[in-house]
Amino acid sequence: MARTISHKPVTLGEGGLSLVFAVTALLCLIGAAKAQDAPFAFHAYLGAAASIAAVFAILNRYFARPLEPPPQEIDGKPNYNFGPVKFATLIAVFWGLAGMLVGVWIASELAWPALNLDLPWTSFGRLRPLHTSAVIFAFGGNVLLATSFYIVQKTCRTRIAGELAPWFVVLGYNFFIVIAGTGYLLGVTQAKEYAEPEWYADLWLTIVWVTYLLVFLGTIMKRKEPHIFVANWFFLAFIVTIAMLHLGNNPALPVSVFGSKSYIAWAGVQDAMFQWWYGHNAVGFFLTAGFLAIMYYFVPKRAERPIYSYRLSIVHFWALIFLYIWAGPHHLHYTALPDWAQTLGMTFSIMLWMPSWGGMINGLMTLSGAWDKLRTDPVLRMLVVSVAFYGMSTFEGPMMSIKVVNSLSHYTDWTIGHVHSGALGWVAFVSFGAIYCLVPWLWNRKALYSLKLVNWHFWISTIGIVLYISAMWVSGILQGLMWRAYTALGFLEYSFIETVEAMHPFYVIRAMGGALFLIGTLIMTYNLWMTIRHGEAERALPRMALQPAE
Amino acid sequence: MSIMARHQILEKNSILLVIGILLVVAIGGLVEITPLFYLKSTIEKVDGMRPYTPLELAGRNIYLREGCYLCHSQMIRPLRDEVERYGHYSLAAESMYDHPFQWGSKRTGPDLARVGGKYSDEWHVTHLTDPRAIVPQSVMPGYPYLAAELDYGTIAAHLRTSRAVGVPYTDEQIENAEADVRAQTNPDDPGVKDLLKRYPKAVARNFDGQPGKVTEMDAVVAYLQMLGTLVDFKLYDDKANLR
Repeated sequence: MARTISHKPVTLGEGGLSLVFAVTALLCLIGAAKAQDAPFAFHAYLGAAASIAAVFAILNRYFARPLEPPPQEIDGKPNYNFGPVKFATLIAVFWGLAGMLVGVWIASELAWPALNLDLPWTSFGRLRPLHTSAVIFAFGGNVLLATSFYIVQKTCRTRIAGELAPWFVVLGYNFFIVIAGTGYLLGVTQAKEYAEPEWYADLWLTIVWVTYLLVFLGTIMKRKEPHIFVANWFFLAFIVTIAMLHLGNNPALPVSVFGSKSYIAWAGVQDAMFQWWYGHNAVGFFLTAGFLAIMYYFVPKRAERPIYSYRLSIVHFWALIFLYIWAGPHHLHYTALPDWAQTLGMTFSIMLWMPSWGGMINGLMTLSGAWDKLRTDPVLRMLVVSVAFYGMSTFEGPMMSIKVVNSLSHYTDWTIGHVHSGALGWVAFVSFGAIYCLVPWLWNRKALYSLKLVNWHFWISTIGIVLYISAMWVSGILQGLMWRAYTALGFLEYSFIETVEAMHPFYVIRAMGGALFLIGTLIMTYNLWMTIRHGEAERALPRMALQPAE
Repeated sequence: MSIMARHQILEKNSILLVIGILLVVAIGGLVEITPLFYLKSTIEKVDGMRPYTPLELAGRNIYLREGCYLCHSQMIRPLRDEVERYGHYSLAAESMYDHPFQWGSKRTGPDLARVGGKYSDEWHVTHLTDPRAIVPQSVMPGYPYLAAELDYGTIAAHLRTSRAVGVPYTDEQIENAEADVRAQTNPDDPGVKDLLKRYPKAVARNFDGQPGKVTEMDAVVAYLQMLGTLVDFKLYDDKANLR
C-alpha cells in the first residue's frame, strides 16, 4: 500500500485545492474567533468545517483513486463523468421539497397569521426569502447544474473538463445555499429581493460561478462535435449573464470584515434600477434561458424528433437575450424612476413577447408527428405542458408591463400569481420532466419505476397550479380594484384593512394549491427513489469498474 | 440566408460566442442604468433631506433584518387613490440616502413611505408586539422580541461605512453616534440639543415607553416615525422638478 502511494503523483488540482481549503479553514477560524455577531461566527465555523471536510475528501480521493487519471475515452466512447450530475439531481429534489414546504408554510401564515409563532426565525419576513431562494436558487440552480453538466458532455461527446472542478462547483454552490438559507433565518440579509445573501456569501458564489463558467467553457472547447449545440448557447448566456448581474447588483461594503452586515454601494433610485435589472433578469436568464436550454435538449430527446426549426432557434436565442435585459423597469412603473426609463422598460417588455413565443413555438412544434406520445408518455406531457405554461406566462408578463395594467396589478397578488404560473408551470414542470428523464439514464435503469405515478404527479400538481394562480388572479384584481374604489361622494370606499380581510378565502385556496403541488413532488420523490433502488438495470455495466470512485 | 451561414462562425467558436453574448446582454443595462448617475433630473432638488440619525439607522437595519420590505412598500405612486390614501407621491430624493432602497414590490400591508407621525408611539409599540391586539383582521407577524436591548456598540462604524458608500455623514456625526442613540431615546438627555442640530427635524422621545433602556423597539419606532417627514410638501415645487 505504502509503495503505491509513494509512486502516485499528486495532481496540481489535488495539491492546490487542498492548500486553498487548508488556508480557507484557517481564515474561517480566525473569522469565527474575531466575529462581531453570532450569525457571522456560525457561518465562519461552517466555513471552517466545510473546508476541513473538503481537504479530507480530496486526500481520501487521492488515496482511493488509481494511479492514472480517468481516461477521456473508453473503447472510442467518451467516458462521461456523471458523479456531479447525480449529486446535483438528487439534491435538487431535496431542496425542491424543502423550498415548497416553506412555501406552503408561509402561504398558510398569510391565511392564519398565528402560524408566525411570534418567533424571529419563523416570521414571514425571514421565511419568504428562504422560500424564494430555496426554490429558485437551490432547486432551480441544482437542476441547472445537473442538466448543464449532463447536456454539455453529451452534446460535445466528451468528458467534462477537470476532475475536482465540477465537484467544486456543485458542492461549493450548495454550500452557498446553506450559508444563504441559514443566514435568512438568523436575520442576515441585504434586503434586496432575490439578492438577499450578504457580502461574504456573494463573494463565495462569485468564486464558484467563475469556476462553473470555466468548467462549462472548458468542456465545450474540447468538444468532438464541430458545432456547439443550441442548448449550450442558452446555458452559456445564462452563466455569463448571471455573473454580470450578480456583480452589478451586489457591490457592498461590509461594516467590518468580521461582521455580517454591509451597506450596498448603490442608493435610492439607482439601487432600484440595479435591483430590478438584476431581479427581472434573474427571471430572464436563470429561470428562462437556463430552462430553455433544458427544453432544447429534453423535448426533442423525449419526443424523438429533431428541433422544429434551427433558424428559429438562432433568432429566438439572440432576440431573447438582447430584449430581456431591458425589461427591468417594468417593476418600477409610476415610481420615482424617471419616466424615460419606465417607458423603455415597458416597450422592451412588450417586444419580448415575440421571442418568448418563438421559443415556445419551437418547443411545441418539435412534437410534430409525435403528438400521440402525449397520451402514452406522462413525462413528455409534463415537458410539453411546461412549454405551454411558458407561453401563457410570457403573454401575461408583457400584458402586465403595460403601464395602465400595471397600475392595477402592481403591489397585488396578481404579480405573485404570475410568478407562480411561470415558476410552477414552466420552471418546475420542465425540471420534473428533465429529472424523470435523467434519473433512469444516470442510474442505468430501463425505465422509471412507475409511469402511473408520474401521471398522478402531473394531474395533482396541475390542479394545484390552477388553484394557486386563479386564487391569485382573483385576489390581486379584487384588491387592486378595492384600493382605487370611490364612493358616490368621492371618498375612498375601503380602508386598507378591509382589503386585507377580503383576501382571506383566496389565501386559503392558494395554500391548498401549494400543498397539492408539494404532494405531487413527494410522489415524484418516491418514484425516483424506487427507480434508483429497485429499478431494473438497463444492461450489464462493464465500464463501471473503470470509473473512478466518487 | 447568408446571415444564417455566417452564424456558423459563432456556433463553432466558443470564445466568440461568449463575447457575442456579453456584448448583446450588456447594452440594455448600460442604456438604462448609466444615465441615472449623470442626468441631473434623476433626483429632484428638495430641501429637508438629511441622513438618518444613528437610532433611525439602527431601526432601519432591523426593518431590513425582519424583511418588512416583503410586505410593505415605501413608494407612493402618483395615482389619485394612492395620494389620497398615503400622501404626496414619493420623490427619488426621499430615498437618496437609502442603501439599499426599500421601495418594495408588494403591499400585503399598507405603504409606509409617509407613515411617520400618523400613529402614536404607543400605537406602534402595541401593534408591533401584537398586531391583532389593535387591528383584529391584520395578518402581520408579531414582533414581541423587539423588546430586546439594542446592540449599538458598532453604530459609529455603520455611519462610517455609510459615508464610504456616499451618505454625507460628518465627522461630528460619526464621533457622537453612540451618544446620539442614547440622546434620541431620552428627551431629558443633555445631548438632545446637539442631536437636533446635527439632524434637523429629528425627534427625541422615549419611543417604547421603557425608561432607561435602549431597545430594538425604540429604534424601529424612531425609524417608522420619521418616514416621509423630512420634505415639507407645502414648500415643495413639483412644477420645478417635472421630468
